[in-house]
Formats: sequence, C-alpha cells, structure tokens
Amino acid sequence: MKGKGSPMSATRRGFLVGGGAILGAGALAACTSNSEPTAASTNAGPGVNADNAKPGKHVTIGFAGPQADHGWLSGINAQAKAEAARYKDVTFVVAEGSNEASAQAGQIQTLINQKVDVLVILPADGKQMTPSGQKAMDAGIPVVNLDRVFDTTSAYRTWIGGDNYRMGFNAATFIGQRLGGKGSVLELAGIDNLELTQQRSKGFDDGLKTFPGLKKAGRAAAEFTVQTGQARMSELLQAHPTFDALWNHDDDQGVGALQAIRQAGRKGFLMVGGAGSKAAMQAIKADDSVLKATVLYPATMAASAVRVARLIAQNKTMGDLDETSVPSSITLFSAVVTKANVDRYLPTAFD
Amino acid sequence: MVRPRSGRIPSELRNAGLIGVLVILAVIGGATKPGEFLNLGNLVVILTQASVIGVVTVGMTFVIVGGGIDLSVGAIVALSTVWATTVATQSFGVVGIVFTALVVGLVCGIVNGAFIAYGKVVAFIMTIAMLASARGLAIQISGGTTQTVRPANQALVNLGYSDHYLFGVVPPLVLMFAVVVAVGWIALNRTTFGRRTFAVGGNPEAARLAGLNVRAHTLVLYALSGLCCGIAGIMLIILTGSGTSANGNLYELDAIAAVIIGGTLLSGGRGTLVGSVLGVLVFTTINDIFTLNNLSTATQQLAKGVIIVIAVLVQKLLASRTPTTPR
Repeated sequence: MKGKGSPMSATRRGFLVGGGAILGAGALAACTSNSEPTAASTNAGPGVNADNAKPGKHVTIGFAGPQADHGWLSGINAQAKAEAARYKDVTFVVAEGSNEASAQAGQIQTLINQKVDVLVILPADGKQMTPSGQKAMDAGIPVVNLDRVFDTTSAYRTWIGGDNYRMGFNAATFIGQRLGGKGSVLELAGIDNLELTQQRSKGFDDGLKTFPGLKKAGRAAAEFTVQTGQARMSELLQAHPTFDALWNHDDDQGVGALQAIRQAGRKGFLMVGGAGSKAAMQAIKADDSVLKATVLYPATMAASAVRVARLIAQNKTMGDLDETSVPSSITLFSAVVTKANVDRYLPTAFD
Repeated sequence: MVRPRSGRIPSELRNAGLIGVLVILAVIGGATKPGEFLNLGNLVVILTQASVIGVVTVGMTFVIVGGGIDLSVGAIVALSTVWATTVATQSFGVVGIVFTALVVGLVCGIVNGAFIAYGKVVAFIMTIAMLASARGLAIQISGGTTQTVRPANQALVNLGYSDHYLFGVVPPLVLMFAVVVAVGWIALNRTTFGRRTFAVGGNPEAARLAGLNVRAHTLVLYALSGLCCGIAGIMLIILTGSGTSANGNLYELDAIAAVIIGGTLLSGGRGTLVGSVLGVLVFTTINDIFTLNNLSTATQQLAKGVIIVIAVLVQKLLASRTPTTPR
C-alpha cells in the first residue's frame, strides 16, 4: 500500500482526510432512520364482508412485485403486506422486488416451487412476464394479476388494476366542470414511451373534447420524478404566461411541479394531480396551493388483490355480488379526490 | 514533461464554436417563441436548470482531465439528497441537511478514489459498482418514497423562491453554480494542483517520474467529484423541496456529454472548464426551446443527438482552419 520514494506526506494527509470523513459517515449512519414517533396506522378495511372476513381454510399467498423505487410502488408493497397481516388464516410469502423481467421470473419460479396456494403478481412488464403467470397456472396455482396485464387469458385467474384511460378522462371532466367548460389547459405527462402514459393522455384528450370551449394549450412529458417534474413545469410556465388549468399525471413528479409553480410565484389556475399520494391529499385538504384535486390510481389495489387471492384460494365468493365465483376482471374507479371528500381517501394514500 | 497549456489555442476556438451553437439556439428560440424565450424570466429558468447538473459537470471535468471517469455521479447525488432528507437528519435542521449531503458525497468520492488509486480497480468498474450500490442504498433508506423537506426546514427551500433572489434577479442556485465554476476554474488553471491534474491525465508515468504522487492526486480528484455531487444534492433539495432515490437519473451521461462537447479529451490531459459549462448550457437551452415549442420528448432526444454531432464537427472545422496544429 505504501508509496515507494514518493512524498509520503500527501498520502498520509489523504488518508487522514479519508479516515475523518469515514468517521463522520459512521456518525451519519444513525441519520438514515425515517421512522416517525407516531404509531403506524393500520389500514381499516372498509366494506369487508362479515362472512368472508371470518377465518377459513389456512392459505399461503405468494407475492411478487417490482422494486419499490417510486412512491406508488412502495405504497403497493405496504398495502399488500398490511392486508395479509389482517388475516390469521393467511401466510404471506413476499419475493424481493425486481424491475428486471428475468430476475422476477426466477422469483416467481421459487414461489411456484414452494407450492403456495395462490399467487399475486405485479409484473415488471406484463408482456414479458406472461410465461411466468402461465407456468404458475399450469402448476395449479391461481394467479391474481395486479395492474400490468398479462398477454393471454390463460396466464391468470383474475386481473385487478387501475384505469389509466378513465384517469385522464375524469381529470378532464373535473377540469371542464370547474372551469365552466371554457379555458386553456396544460398537461404534464409522465414517461412518454409507456403505454400507461399514452392511455392517460388519450383519456384526457377525449375528456377535453366533450367541452368545446376547452383548449389544450401545451403538453410536456416528465419522468415520474420530482426533479423532472420541476424542470418541465418551470419551462411550461415560461411558455404559457396565462392558462386556466393543469393536469399532472403523477403526484410524485407533482412535488417538483408544485415547487416550480411556487418558485415562479404563479397563481390563478387550477391544478389536478394523479395517483393520490399523501402529500398531494394533504395539500388538497390544506387548500393553500393551486392543487385542488387528484385523480386516483389507487395503491389499495394491492390490498384488494391479496383479499381476492385469499377468497379464490378458500373457494369463497365475493360478498355483495350474486356470483358463485370471483370475477375474472376487476377495474378500479379513478375517483377524483377534492377537498370535499379528501378525508375519505387520505387513510389509503401512499407516502 | 508535458506542457499543460499546449492545447490552449484550439480549446479557445472550441469554446468559440460552442458559443456559436448557443447563439444559433438563441436565434431559433427567439424566432419561434419571441415573447417567451427572449426575456429575463426564461434566462433564469435556463440557468437554474443548468446549475445542478453544471456543478456535477465541474467535478466530472476534473476527473476526466485527470485521466479518469466517474459513472457514479447521478447515484451519489440521489443518495446525498435521500440521506439529507430523512426524518432523523432533518431533526438537526438546515445545518444537518447541508452537512449530511456534503459528507455523503465526499465519502462516496473518497471510496471511489481509494479503490481506483490504491486498490488498482479500473475507474469504469469501480464507479459502476458505486453507481449500483449508492442508488440501491438510496432506495433502501427512502423505501422508494419522496421525502419532502419539513416545514421546520422550509428556510432552505425558500432559497429557490423568487423573493429570495439576490438583487431581485439572481437566484441563489445560479450564484452557487457560479461560485463552484469560479473556484474550479482557478484551481484548474491558476494553481499547481491544476497543472498536476493535466500532467497526471496526460501521462501518468511521466508525472510519477517527475515526482508527483499520482495516486494521492487521483484520490483527491474523485473526492472532488463526490463533493460536487454533495453540493448538487443540496441544490436539488432547494430546487425540488425533497429528496428521492430517483434524483440525478442519467446525470453521468449528461455530465460526460457536456464535458466531451466542451472539448475535453476523454483520454485525459487536455480540457477546459469553460467548455464544459458551455456544453451544459447548450443542452439546457435545447430542453427549454423544445418545451416552449410544445415538442415531444422523442424529437427532443433526436435533436440532442444531432446537435452533439454538429457541435463536434463545427469545432473540428474551426480547429482545422487555424495554422496551429493541435498536438
């Protein structure tokens, strides 16, 4: 390690600086905690069918999802775990999240080998993961396909997920009603080459068309991150000195978009968010910014998926439906959360 | 010994070429959106967007001139924003946030430098390893959530608001960027440290024989890049009011692209900081013009690629017209 013939003092100084910094880092390690002093609230499940909630046959539910590198996805994981913990008759096996199709395929295979009774899969990519769903179904394990849909019907027993098209449509309808059918509208989209972004934009455009007086004045695509939300929003604001409403596809990037709006000191328009984060709902409730509503893409779908998986494995039916088996497809509603109803949705918001 | 100034005349011409590209962009922006592009507000938007990646690019310029490469900058920025905005860190106030971001960046840089200089790990591999682990740690700590700055520390975020601009026009973020560039420029061009950086990058063996401690110098260069990432992390917290593991995505490519079109040799030993800064401004201005004109992301990326090639061709053309043959 020691340098031959070269001046030692510089080396030693370098090590001292390095050592000091590493010590500092040791002290910092205590600063990675994110736990709040308040007790974590448990998800009080509304609408649990009394008979279905009663303990039944013991079942093992396997769960495979993507890596939680985004607020909504970490909400998905938290919802699934919390829901499974509510049932005494459920053993919950979670595979570590992965964004890579091949890695997730391996994890699903492991869950199949463990002979779980039912599988809940949120695929990294619906098309790429279809063979994995098929394998599970072939092994006699029913698959609950969460959100990103598999290619073939035989690869899953039941699909449950959100409605991107209606999210855009409902955002446009809400904006149209609030503006009285007249005005100019901006759109801050998410990652442009994703199908879900295209569906959201299509729904938004179709919704705007129902109001002849509404005009889409501008659109920019961020990348679902705070940073890109701030950047694209500040440029959009510069491009449009006046406009009446803004729809932002995603509340995570909305944190950045709201920053850009505050930094530019802009007011006098209506902003609608998307997905339904806790920060967005708190802002709607406080009513102290331009953000007046957000269109849900509910992360509670993970809790519902676990609940449906349990019912399938126990061979029960869904309460409140007059059917002898659980439906094959459940599309969730993209509700518009406003100050009037925010208290109802706040407990289910993701961090 | 290699004379560090030997590439000076061509590099000034390169910068002239980049200024030419900026002028052309300004003409395009002014022609397509005269009302929105050509005003002070838009200049503030462009400079603010340039400031965060600009600070990262300053560190990157030092590393590349010194013959290395740092692919971990984006991940280090992400980790520093996340670590600095945890509930525990924020309980120490603004000072805690700033200190944490700086130390996290610096330590990551020192780890990079120590393994590259003393452990003989290839820079490309070491910094890719840092990229993966720093980003992973950031996701681990934050749990994938966006950690917002709490009301108690709002003073830091207020620095990004227009009522905190210096003399009413200069955003503190742009000032921070300017200070980092000024300090970097002096260090690279007016100090022994800078001359040694050129020497180490141009010919490490010759530099070693001339009595330079090449390994210690290399370590310091990576530590510097890490420190710049920590500063950029603080700036990003001010800009977005939050910290998340998704921050600084692909910063490494943006920074390297800016350094390269700025005329710095990827093999090290020659380059200018002014060129790198101009490179950052070119990319940020392109983004701005495209959003102002409501053009899609896909066309934006296509145009970026075309402009990189045009910029490099213009530089070559200018360089070949001068009698001085570059080394």
